[in-house]
Amino acid sequence: MAVITDAICSLCGSLCDDITVTVEDNVITDVERACILGRNKFVGMFLHDRIESPMIRKNGELVDVSYEEAIDEAAKILVNSKRTLSYGWCSTSCEAISKAIQLAEETGSLIDSTANVCHGPSALAVQEKGGPSATLGVVKNRADVMIFWGCNPAHAHPRHMRRYSSFSKGFFTQKGRKDRKMIVIDVRKTDTAKIADQYVEIDQGSDYLLVTALRSAINGHEDVIPDTVAGVSKEDILKLANTLKEAKFTCVFYGMGVTQSRSKYKNGDGVSSLISDLNQHSKAVMIGMRGHYNVTGYGQVSTWETGYPMAVDFTRGAPYYNPGETGANDVLTRGDVDAAIISAADAGAHFPQDSLKYLAKIPVIQIDPYANPTTELSDVVFPAAVVGVEAEGTAYRMDGISLRMKKLIDTKFKTDEEIVVDLINKVRELKRGA
Amino acid sequence: MSELLIKNAVVCDPINNINCVKMDISIKDGKIVESVSSGAKVIDAGGKLTMAGGVDGHTHCAGKINVGRFMSPHDMRMTNVPGLSGKEAPTATTRAQVGYNTPNAFAIGYRYAKLGYTTIGEAAIPIIGARHTHEEFEAIPILDKFGLTLFGSNWQVMEYIRDDEPEKLAAYVAWGLKASRGYGIKIVNPGGGEAWGWGKNVSGLDDPVPNFDVTPAQIITALAETNEKLNLPHSIHLHCNNLGKPGNYETTIASMKLLENLKTSRDRQAMHVTHVQFNAYAGTSWRDFESGAPQVANYVNSADHLTFDLGQVIFGPAMTMTADGPVEYANSRMLHAKWSNMDVELEDASGVVPITYSPKMFVNAVQWAIGLELALLVDDPWKVMFTTDSPNGGSFVNYPEAYTYLMSAKRRTEVIEGLPEMALGRMNLPGIDRELDLYELAIMTRAMQSKIYSMDTKGHLGVGADADIAIYDLKPDSIDTTVEYAAVKKAFSSTAYTIKGGEVVVKDGEIAMTPEGRTYWVNAKVPQANTDAMQVDLAQKFKRYYTVNQANYMVEDAYLPHPVEITTEAL
Ligand code: SF4
Ligand SMILES: [Zn+2]
Repeated sequence: MAVITDAICSLCGSLCDDITVTVEDNVITDVERACILGRNKFVGMFLHDRIESPMIRKNGELVDVSYEEAIDEAAKILVNSKRTLSYGWCSTSCEAISKAIQLAEETGSLIDSTANVCHGPSALAVQEKGGPSATLGVVKNRADVMIFWGCNPAHAHPRHMRRYSSFSKGFFTQKGRKDRKMIVIDVRKTDTAKIADQYVEIDQGSDYLLVTALRSAINGHEDVIPDTVAGVSKEDILKLANTLKEAKFTCVFYGMGVTQSRSKYKNGDGVSSLISDLNQHSKAVMIGMRGHYNVTGYGQVSTWETGYPMAVDFTRGAPYYNPGETGANDVLTRGDVDAAIISAADAGAHFPQDSLKYLAKIPVIQIDPYANPTTELSDVVFPAAVVGVEAEGTAYRMDGISLRMKKLIDTKFKTDEEIVVDLINKVRELKRGA
Repeated sequence: MSELLIKNAVVCDPINNINCVKMDISIKDGKIVESVSSGAKVIDAGGKLTMAGGVDGHTHCAGKINVGRFMSPHDMRMTNVPGLSGKEAPTATTRAQVGYNTPNAFAIGYRYAKLGYTTIGEAAIPIIGARHTHEEFEAIPILDKFGLTLFGSNWQVMEYIRDDEPEKLAAYVAWGLKASRGYGIKIVNPGGGEAWGWGKNVSGLDDPVPNFDVTPAQIITALAETNEKLNLPHSIHLHCNNLGKPGNYETTIASMKLLENLKTSRDRQAMHVTHVQFNAYAGTSWRDFESGAPQVANYVNSADHLTFDLGQVIFGPAMTMTADGPVEYANSRMLHAKWSNMDVELEDASGVVPITYSPKMFVNAVQWAIGLELALLVDDPWKVMFTTDSPNGGSFVNYPEAYTYLMSAKRRTEVIEGLPEMALGRMNLPGIDRELDLYELAIMTRAMQSKIYSMDTKGHLGVGADADIAIYDLKPDSIDTTVEYAAVKKAFSSTAYTIKGGEVVVKDGEIAMTPEGRTYWVNAKVPQANTDAMQVDLAQKFKRYYTVNQANYMVEDAYLPHPVEITTEAL
């Protein structure tokens, strides 16, 4: 029996690093401190729905093949493709992401992450206005006001509030929750809203209006604010603005309710401007509530290797970036790729119907520990080790702090990184032969 | 056993007092040796200028630069310096390249190598973010790397200074260097990072840091004493308070004076003051703003305990990035520019803001002149490190352009003619006729770095040095560098050969191969009892205030595939 302390939970962007895991006969038998989501990942879930063998679709059926045969087949697809979409790479290590980018570069592919369907617009907002942020510990130690905007950590990031935000205790916040005012802005009263000091219900898709009104109030232009904005009374807006101005330290945590609602990146742009304005009066920062545990890492690695955080097209050799044109769903709905490699993300479950219809028509390579709706669309399937449980590697927390995930148990499966390296080598071999 | 013989090199090697002398250089297994066998591969340098590989001792190349990249996709397409900026497709030897001020990691390696640089130092590593820095180091090909670790607004540091615990302070700094795999102590706007945690700043050396009851002056002095106690290869590396403010030259000189009597543990400076251009401003506001370079240079000429670097401004777009959080916020409000910020728990702050320096803008024109004035008014080139604080003052790919400003009064006059009248009255540059020669340039770009970082295998070509060599397509005996500045710029923009660790990595301006570089870090040994006592306090910090456990905080060996560990013994 082995007890591994300070293990990192590789499920959500909170990346809790205080987990104790007990391993008996290469099986995780106990997990301490993880939330229910994390616990499920550590125990049990990695036993179920595993893809057991490399597979190739033959006569419409996925049949087990040797690893070498699958590598051969996948490399052939990549070499014969004029433009492949490489997608996902957010529930894996930075080391695997780096190799995936190299594969995309060498095959002239287009590579994009799950940000395409979640926080991509936040990246655009940063490119427009910048990202005034802080590490989570700064919030823990200083924030007396926190806003959860369009996010529901009670369900999506269950330990976030205890470790980093609402309930955490820090140097200047010794009384924890009592020292903090917690505000939730959302379109429905979520479980997070239920425990807040103040819940501001807004009309669907009206986030940008509310941000703009708040900025007007904070910048002393309250005369331009109508009686109600976004379903919120002017009086409440002025009160909220006042709370923010008088705070010592405000953090706005924002989620997909902001980034994927109407006005998309403009919302993040507005929040960033709001933070800049607020700093004229007090201290304020913003942090995106990233879902996949390493979607932040994808953005980091892609940025230092290609210059851009997502949606990078290598078709013309040098990286080309134009979200709206080079995003995963952009090229799929246009039918602008002729093959796909999907890893560590489930396009099958999260992409719009048009994209899926097109994916069904082209050869798809999947690398994943688990069978999921993407598997149904795939022509070559590689089972992979579960990174953070069966393989080590680097991941970035939602605030940009990187941590080293441990390998907790042994596995017969190859890692994403190993599979991609084998693909790179096979592609080179085929290209040399051609 | 790989052997290489470089024949007919006109060597400029100030560490060994060699001023453009024709000679041969023997290389064996990556090192410079007395002689090689007749089987050695031969390169005929044909009388070309040959220097040790350049050392950029203060650049932003890993970590925070990624914030700059992230927020500026437009930078990736900029082609301001042909051949050294913009997009390039991958080749058989090179990965795809993009960018100008914030190039991707691969381009940083290739482009520095083309300029003849073989070692670079990242100017600011937050300890908790160090893993990220080392990931990017690993992605930068060819070059050797090192980084300076931020300590100037660190809670544990400030508490030990306040509580007068010098032994624990030394143990903590040693531990912080190890945790971050850093090479030296960086101090940015001492105390200002903590004040910025509340949206405030410190106003000068004696303005106490909120809640910590220490002053910036105390932070500088205590960390400098710690630096010597630990016998570190570099001195403290100081970014002064009040950066970017008119009148700040007084703070800068006062900061320098703090350490006049510090006894150093090694034969090197007591302090290095960085990007002084940004801290040599006279006047009381932007209206009466003028150069404070003469005042600073006068002081530096009278002192013998310090070195500094320029932070030279290059006209055109740049990207400011610094741990000085309040400065970046102020920049963004003044310039109406986008603003990224990253406050770092218990340790420091930081910000990133794009900027464009325009020769038409009076303030920018004066800034441009201040950097050059500092280099030219300080008599001893061994005190001056050439930098643009890349990419704060401008991208490193502009170094060759900047060299011509230092080497040719004629070239300066050309630029000055395009500056606004108002700026000319606020600078001293038009009256300065000093022109640096190649020997002085070699001092400022590689030799002085060897001394200030105590890197005795870098920055020179003596026996035992690393075989990091730049051969420039320029014949010292047949060029007048004060006049033929176009040829100078061209030669320094792309080497005939860059040799790194004995391997030809650039030939005729093209990347020939891309070996992985090494990472230097300092393991400072302190008495175990002091470390144990310090760890008791530190454990509380982790238990109560950090959001990362101590076990996951220190950079693991996996992130330094090619480490060079420098061990020091505390005095
Ligand atoms: S909050 Fe997220 S990272 Fe933490 S234990 Fe739960 S799922 Fe894992
Ligand atoms: Zn700097």
